[in-house]
Amino acid sequence: MQNSLLASLKEHQNKLLAEWSKLLQASGSTDGSTEEEESKEFASLLLDALKHSNGNADSDEFENVYDLLVGISSSRGRRGFSPRENAQYLIAFKEAASKILSEMESDPSKLYSANLELSKLLDNMAILTFESYMKGREEVISRQIDEISEISTPVIRVWDGIVALPIIGTLDSSRTQVVMENLLQQIVDTGSSIAILDISGVPAVDSLVAQHLIKTVSATRLMGAECIISGIRPEIAQTVVHLGIDLTGIITKASLASALQTAFDMLQLTVVKRKITN
Amino acid sequence: MERIPILKMGDFLLVTIQVDLYDQLAENLESDLINAIKKNNSKGVLIDISAVSIIDSFMGRILGNIAVMSKIMDAQTVVVGMQPAVAITLVELGLSLNGVISALNVEKGMDLLRSKMYNGDKEEQAYDDSSR
Repeated sequence: MQNSLLASLKEHQNKLLAEWSKLLQASGSTDGSTEEEESKEFASLLLDALKHSNGNADSDEFENVYDLLVGISSSRGRRGFSPRENAQYLIAFKEAASKILSEMESDPSKLYSANLELSKLLDNMAILTFESYMKGREEVISRQIDEISEISTPVIRVWDGIVALPIIGTLDSSRTQVVMENLLQQIVDTGSSIAILDISGVPAVDSLVAQHLIKTVSATRLMGAECIISGIRPEIAQTVVHLGIDLTGIITKASLASALQTAFDMLQLTVVKRKITN
Repeated sequence: MERIPILKMGDFLLVTIQVDLYDQLAENLESDLINAIKKNNSKGVLIDISAVSIIDSFMGRILGNIAVMSKIMDAQTVVVGMQPAVAITLVELGLSLNGVISALNVEKGMDLLRSKMYNGDKEEQAYDDSSR
């Protein structure tokens, strides 16, 4: 019975749209003209679906509505609307629709059940917008994580046979894995026999980070290259000793310059100043 | 039975492992290699594992054993061409193969062996000089 009432909402589409946009303006959760087309399409699709679906919210007609809604909410998300405003967008539609319904029907029991049906449907949709908003955000975050881990581990070839890897930011297990893989791959690709790991950009070294560093050094040695850790700041030296971490098997240097000097010594290279001849 | 060829190159033995090792094969390699060191009086062993994509804890132990065994038979072992993934796996397994010397490729491994031998000779000579 209530379905026929909801189905006949289609006949009042224009009135509903006007009411809806008025409510949206009042709540401030719209940015005006750009949205009107979207809203019109959404309302028309939804009302069509209501008309043809016989109140079954899982029917195929609603698939289109859901698809459109996901599109709308993600585009609204990109335009800077908060999820709250997205939900208000739908709640305003519900308000407008129930107002129209009350004008159409005077029997309270019919009106009540129609309203109930409508609320159920639109609440589901509100949840959907929230979910798609979250999903969009999560995609952005995971892409940024990937980018950060890609950018933050550049392997630099400083000399023939010497590669350097400045580490910036905290080392956790997953980053260590990326760092290690990049470094080892570069060692293979360039045929370098010395790798310098510069940790001056690492804010703090705890036992876990030290463990990761030791692992990286061991892996480099297994590959047949030597690994020098440089950029040990005084604070880092202090924490390492206080934590009782044993770095004795590893060549450590205070600065990248001295690490490079050591690398030159290992490769039996000398840097000499050119003599100026008059 | 399948065996891994052991090639003699002057004072050194060259073993290139072209297949993924299974346990029996690795054990055979171990005994064959030690016998070959004895037979040829070799001073160095070069094991090329660049084609090996999987090394488990057993294989890691065999490599370590080979290194220690040849060391006490006065031959230096150099493992060359370990793949990054293999190195990471070994480290994660806690096997840092102490006693095994690594090199990036066969060329560098050979250089390393030669320099070790040369330095070794020098040390011996120095020892002889001082004992005189």
